[in-house]
Amino acid sequence: MLKLYGANFTSRLLLGTAQYPSPDILRRAVEASGTEIVTVSLRRESARARTGQGFWELIEQLGVRVLPNTAGCRTAKEAIATAQMARELFGTNWVKLEVIANDDTLQPELFGLVEAANVLCAEGFEVLPYTTEDLSAAERLVAAGCQVLMPWASPIGSARGLMNKPALKTLRAYFPETTLIVDAGLGAPSHATEVMELGYDGVLLNTAIAKAADPVTMASAFAKALEAGRQGFEAGLIEPRDMGTPSTPVAGTPFFKIDRVS
Amino acid sequence: MQILINGEPVATKARNLDELCGELGFAGAKIATAINGSFVAAVKRASTELSPTDEIEIVSPRQGG
Repeated sequence: MLKLYGANFTSRLLLGTAQYPSPDILRRAVEASGTEIVTVSLRRESARARTGQGFWELIEQLGVRVLPNTAGCRTAKEAIATAQMARELFGTNWVKLEVIANDDTLQPELFGLVEAANVLCAEGFEVLPYTTEDLSAAERLVAAGCQVLMPWASPIGSARGLMNKPALKTLRAYFPETTLIVDAGLGAPSHATEVMELGYDGVLLNTAIAKAADPVTMASAFAKALEAGRQGFEAGLIEPRDMGTPSTPVAGTPFFKIDRVS
Repeated sequence: MQILINGEPVATKARNLDELCGELGFAGAKIATAINGSFVAAVKRASTELSPTDEIEIVSPRQGG
């Protein structure tokens, strides 16, 4: 069960709504993934095109919770104003807080992120910060009131998977009570399995599903991958060993001779 | 009066933000607003007077990751 600010969810997958080939494929991918939470954004509305109005009708039909983001914001001030607009527009205190530092890596700007998190948590927002695996930033975000941390695996849309797995493992160990969700950089279902095997609570995806050759089937594959990884974690993984160890009993091996043992 | 709406210069006779949204055809639309980088709640649009140097943002729901 995924816990987010007192709410429980069966699915541990959060799904982005951008870049799908069509609205119908988006709808079918959401259904195939089993997700109960989709991310959305705010963009400038044209009085003529009224693009946002049609998109909102589609999202309402999905019957899932929305998690608005502050994608594209470069400063704490921009992110705070965007979160405030999102709260009014979507009627939720949830916000996926993004403050972006760099166009090439799309990495979080941690100083602005912490500044914005402090303000928004004080205003009653339930903040899900897109962060790195940095422990000091994580400590400050939790101190600000964040009950969820969303470290990246690798740059947004890069599909590289877990670039710093030991650091993600360390983050899990340091924050056993905080909901941890890997957000960004996953490309294959096996990446999601790896995340879940680390004991993470969930995964947030968009590009790996939306840009797959068959997004609906990929959504189903990721759902299964998350479930497999979570079950693996709960079952207790064995520790890797440097040397081989026979699984078949050695005692009673036919043709055994003591002088062959090294 | 000429103001900036979503980065574009627009001439308007609206005196406040609520009138402006109506003038642009946004009455009843699912939008949120900001002036000069600060959020303006829907209930405060009518009492938010416009000035020629104002930069207005009018946003709506969109796809996001």
